Amino acid sequence: MSTAKEFWRWHEYRHTMPNIAPVSDDIITAGVDVGSVGSKAAVMVNGQAYSWGITRTGSNSPESAKKALDLALKDTALSTRDLRYIVGTGYGRVNVPMANKAITEIACHARGANYIWGSSVRTVLDVGGQDIKAIKIDATGRVVSFLMNDKCAAGTGRGMEVFADLLQVPIEEIGAMSLKVEAEPEPVSCTCVAFAKTEAIGLLRKGWSKEKVLAAYTRAMAVRMANLINRVGLEPALVITGGQSKNVGIVSRIETLLGVKCLPTPNWRDGGLDPMVAGAFGAALLAKALYEKTQQI
Amino acid sequence: MITLGIDLGTQRIKTLVLKDGTIASKAQAFAGFDPAKAAKQTVNDALNTAGLTLPDINHITATGAAMDLAPHANSTISMMGADAKAGVFLIPQARTIIDIGAEEARAVKCDERGLMMEFVVNERCAAGAGAFIEAMARALEMKLEDMGPLSLQAERASSINASCVIFGESDVVSLIHRQESKPEIARAVFDAMADRVCSMVHRLGVNPEVVLVGGVAKDPGFVASLNRKLGLQVQIPPYPDYAGALGAALTAAMRAKGAAK
Repeated sequence: MSTAKEFWRWHEYRHTMPNIAPVSDDIITAGVDVGSVGSKAAVMVNGQAYSWGITRTGSNSPESAKKALDLALKDTALSTRDLRYIVGTGYGRVNVPMANKAITEIACHARGANYIWGSSVRTVLDVGGQDIKAIKIDATGRVVSFLMNDKCAAGTGRGMEVFADLLQVPIEEIGAMSLKVEAEPEPVSCTCVAFAKTEAIGLLRKGWSKEKVLAAYTRAMAVRMANLINRVGLEPALVITGGQSKNVGIVSRIETLLGVKCLPTPNWRDGGLDPMVAGAFGAALLAKALYEKTQQI
Repeated sequence: MITLGIDLGTQRIKTLVLKDGTIASKAQAFAGFDPAKAAKQTVNDALNTAGLTLPDINHITATGAAMDLAPHANSTISMMGADAKAGVFLIPQARTIIDIGAEEARAVKCDERGLMMEFVVNERCAAGAGAFIEAMARALEMKLEDMGPLSLQAERASSINASCVIFGESDVVSLIHRQESKPEIARAVFDAMADRVCSMVHRLGVNPEVVLVGGVAKDPGFVASLNRKLGLQVQIPPYPDYAGALGAALTAAMRAKGAAK
């Protein structure tokens, strides 16, 4: 087991935005989003993204929170002492020991999506490690309504990891690979990840290519996500946050199913804001607002 | 009167020969990739054991998820119908039959004649079926049959996600990392599964006696957890995994009798 390649393992990384030099009067805040699979921390200077870090959540939430925040601050001019207010969010939000306040990931993702893509965003699909949420928001990034599936791995990042392992394809490549089919196959008949796995093994034995099996599975998951969006009520502009925003196989199929284009997923390597960090960005912005409230007399 | 019941489950195929109201023989095999072939094998095995040949059989009834693939079948019966028939035949006071197979769980309410009145089913989701326990045994790196006895040694209960096999697996791994003992983790697995089955049964209403059948009924760990969660003692007939095949064979006998009249 220990020598086996971990195909599900996605890259942990950190990033500092260029051209921001914090000074002592700046309001520096942080958001820490401890998800079931990934822990993300974002540091903001006067409400502008300054740096962030993404790491895998371990079995201990407080440690994962600290690890993510340390990663975000690493090699920057800042340290934890400079942070005036910290908001914790995500599945493990009550276990963020350094946080001044915990806020639900729904509110944070809404605010974060508004920050990344601007005021035109009305519908946010957040695909997390262990749940999927469809959130309607207003022009200021406030939550209007939402729907969530948190009982089942179908469509979640964790489900995708299981498939990456099964097909022995690195998780960051499965989206592009699922699009390398001449014609879209029928989606797998059962969305339950455990049963879909059995079905996929059967299809592989029948001689289906990995690409075709991935297409059938990805399609079934996209149908689930599209249904959730339809139930909450699709209103453009639509954006996708969370790890699956980087899965082109999911994004393009959702666009086909819903008949609308999503606002494009920014690439942090080209200076964009990573939608996987949306919850942490939202948390850091809400932290700034909360800090400013404490300063009013 | 000699009849035969074939239960084509998703994992195993069970066949049973019924002669004048008593079980003459039975046989089972893994469904594999060719359930029809596996079913034929079990029919041959059961007939050989009973010293019979196919022409001796008055009527053959098939049941189970793949019942349409059954060889030689004269008729079919729903899994719930077969559960009700077999449950009341084995335990005359039975009014609620819980059947937990590899990929599906059902609870059936029936009357004193063994007629199905109402049912609830958990399908298309591996949590709440035998697949849940199998996946957790894999995560714990232990044999499925060892997990039940081991869980009975637990002094307290941990808890894991019962709503999804994939999430449950992650929870089991976290418990292993937290160095919880294997008996306690095994107990958590059965408790989670029993919770799910319990909420399914409560949707139907619990009419005693409650009878548990299906392959999972052979697991002492699950039975202990289910009894605790339901707050009663479920009855388990001998060879609970053959209940579907028995129900089919009983149905075959009724249909053969009806045709003879």
